Amino acid sequence: MLVINNLKASIDGKNILKGISLEIKPGEIHAIMGPNGSGKSTLAAVLAGREFVKVTEGTVTYFGKNLLEMAPEDRAKEGIFLGFQYPIEIPGVSMVNFMKTAVNEHRKFKGLEPLTASDFLKMMRDKKELVEIDSKLANRSVNEGFSGGEKKKNEIFQMAMLEPKLAILDETDSGLDIDALRIVANGVNKLKRPDNSFIVITHYQRLLDYIVPDIVHVLYDGRIVKTAGKELAFELEEKGYDWIKKEIENTVS
Amino acid sequence: MEKDQDKIISDVTTTEYKYGFYSDIEMDRIPKGLSEEVVRLISAKKNEPEWLLEFRLKSYHHWLTMKMPTWPNLKIAPINYQDIIFYAAPKERKNTGNIDDIDPELKKTFDKLGIPLQEQKHLAGVAVDAVIDSVSIKTTFKETLAEMGIIFCSFSDAVKEYPDLVKRYMGSVVPYTDNFFATLNSAVFSDGSFCYIPKGVRCPMELSTYFRINSANTGQFERTLLIADEEAYVSYLEGCTAPSRDENQLHAAIVEIVAEKNAEVKYSTVQNWYPGDKDGKGGVYNFVTKRGMCKGENSKISWTQIETGSAITWKYPSCILRGDNSTGEFYSVAVTNNHQQADTGTKMIHIGKNTKSTIVSKGISAGRGQNSYRGLVKVLKNATNARNYSQCDSLLLGDKCGAHTFPYLEVDNSTAIVEHEATTSKIGEDQIFYCNQRGISTEDAIGLIVNGYAREVINKLPMEFAVEAQKLLQISLEGSVG
Ligand SMILES: Nc1ncnc2c1ncn2[C@@H]1O[C@H](COP(=O)(O)OP(=O)(O)OP(=O)(O)O)[C@@H](O)[C@H]1O
Ligand SMILES: [Mg+2]
Repeated sequence: MLVINNLKASIDGKNILKGISLEIKPGEIHAIMGPNGSGKSTLAAVLAGREFVKVTEGTVTYFGKNLLEMAPEDRAKEGIFLGFQYPIEIPGVSMVNFMKTAVNEHRKFKGLEPLTASDFLKMMRDKKELVEIDSKLANRSVNEGFSGGEKKKNEIFQMAMLEPKLAILDETDSGLDIDALRIVANGVNKLKRPDNSFIVITHYQRLLDYIVPDIVHVLYDGRIVKTAGKELAFELEEKGYDWIKKEIENTVS
Repeated sequence: MEKDQDKIISDVTTTEYKYGFYSDIEMDRIPKGLSEEVVRLISAKKNEPEWLLEFRLKSYHHWLTMKMPTWPNLKIAPINYQDIIFYAAPKERKNTGNIDDIDPELKKTFDKLGIPLQEQKHLAGVAVDAVIDSVSIKTTFKETLAEMGIIFCSFSDAVKEYPDLVKRYMGSVVPYTDNFFATLNSAVFSDGSFCYIPKGVRCPMELSTYFRINSANTGQFERTLLIADEEAYVSYLEGCTAPSRDENQLHAAIVEIVAEKNAEVKYSTVQNWYPGDKDGKGGVYNFVTKRGMCKGENSKISWTQIETGSAITWKYPSCILRGDNSTGEFYSVAVTNNHQQADTGTKMIHIGKNTKSTIVSKGISAGRGQNSYRGLVKVLKNATNARNYSQCDSLLLGDKCGAHTFPYLEVDNSTAIVEHEATTSKIGEDQIFYCNQRGISTEDAIGLIVNGYAREVINKLPMEFAVEAQKLLQISLEGSVG
């Protein structure tokens, strides 16, 4: 569904992504790991369509279409969901109103009628249970005053509401306690279907105990320097990134 | 990042004004310009009694001694009063109360604006007085209201049918000497609405006046007088639109409200005069004096305004809290986009004991819009235990617009408690992107955020109009994304 080929991107003239190639097939879960500042969130930003990241080279194809030409809201409606590393607060806009607008925009795109208020509220209730989110959160303004963990759970809730084809979860596990981690992981697993895929960005192997990836990539200095099965995550957990750095330095020199 | 901001700004500043059409109605216009003869002519056209002509002349001569004030934070091109038509009325048509007497072209105009001139069952909750240019053309539900003793009619009719009430209250809240534009209005006012709610009556429907400027080069000078007698209640709403024109048009109105003992008046405005084009050409000058007098004890006057139109808005709906335990409220959302300017706010004058006032002002600036809040809270010597709470928020879209706050406090009684809070926020690029990422377009995202921001004020509007106001806010800020 997603093919990234030799993607290079910069922010304010600084090269951040230096040639990334990656293919994701329907039903796959890819984990992306890598040290701070290596470019994981930047990659997610390019896929979601943030304008401040300039693509300088390479292509991204999503279901056969040139993703880079699409407006961010169209990418969303085509099924790309980004779980933000730092979810944004929108004071004054209630979660209910926000989600109703989003869900109905998705429906309009698919040629469906907007949901009635009662159908929508029922959907909210079902999905809230699915991801075990506190009902009170849904009555507040979008992310306003939510704790770090609540914000992350709220991302999963929104994902459940929008049922994306490709969900990119950027460190959704950071800052979660053990229970919340399990809830988030369960949310993902319940939403998993043979035709939708996930990119899970994380620093910790423990998330991958719950969400078992098909493939693990290591992003280092804007490049994917290692791709392997889920056992790679254990190796990283144990040894850190130094050994990879050394490997690269050896191959370069 | 710059680019993104620019895009958002250009998206929201390329708006089309929906009500900019002009109706070809046969009009009776007097020649341009202002003089004693013109004042006499207006009065004669309206068959007015001598006392009213005298009031007009007195006002006109006083006006000649006045200068336009320069204190507002506004840039106003000089106004040539000899270039304005001071009276224009659809020909041969009077407000007879009969729908069949209305020019079909006029009916079409109000249909287009979504204003019901027919007393439709599903709109039974709203009575409308429709004013086009200088005259009122139709007042609905007059008979239904009359059964309860409620008077709701055009100002001109009130002069003829209820001269005592008009004489007693007109100018009692806004004297003819009050200010430059109020004095001008007192000299040349054309029509407007009159409303009297008798003792102990709760008006069962929303009363509303719909103002439409249609003719070119015409000033609109309407006058509204609202009286709630003891224990009475009324909720009143005004709406306004005008055709798009390249030249500026002057609108200088007066609204006077009197609330007697235990009476309550809610006055809501949805102002959508033509704002000018995106380069700042044309648009209505909206220079209005609105003031309410809480005359009796326990009375309450509450102003709610949604100001989205006009090239320049200059108005301060105010409350004089004379009765003990009386309450004044002001809830405002003012939008300035493109080159629009607004200097608006309120005055709360505490005279009686235990008087309370609340001010909630929400400014929204986009494009090159300039938005100023100007508010006076005055507590007089005998006003023991006066309370005021003021909250002034500004929301900025982009960095070419401006928001300014000018709070004035004059407190002469040490028992007063006066609180003031102010915030300024920006719609962040991150917030817009977060919405985009959920499938919400930039326009809709701004609509969501702005309506969220203004909700506290919108909630004060009568239900029927809250939805309308919400749409209007979004329309006035959004443009074609492209
Ligand atoms: N908006 C921005 N402006 C300037 N530089 C940025 C911006 N966003 C990211 N960068 C830079 O790009 C590089 C990659 O950042 P990115 O956020 O993609 O890292 P990451 O792999 O997600 O790190 P972490 O694990 O800490 O989340 C960093 O050097 C960062 O400072
Ligand atoms: Mg990151």
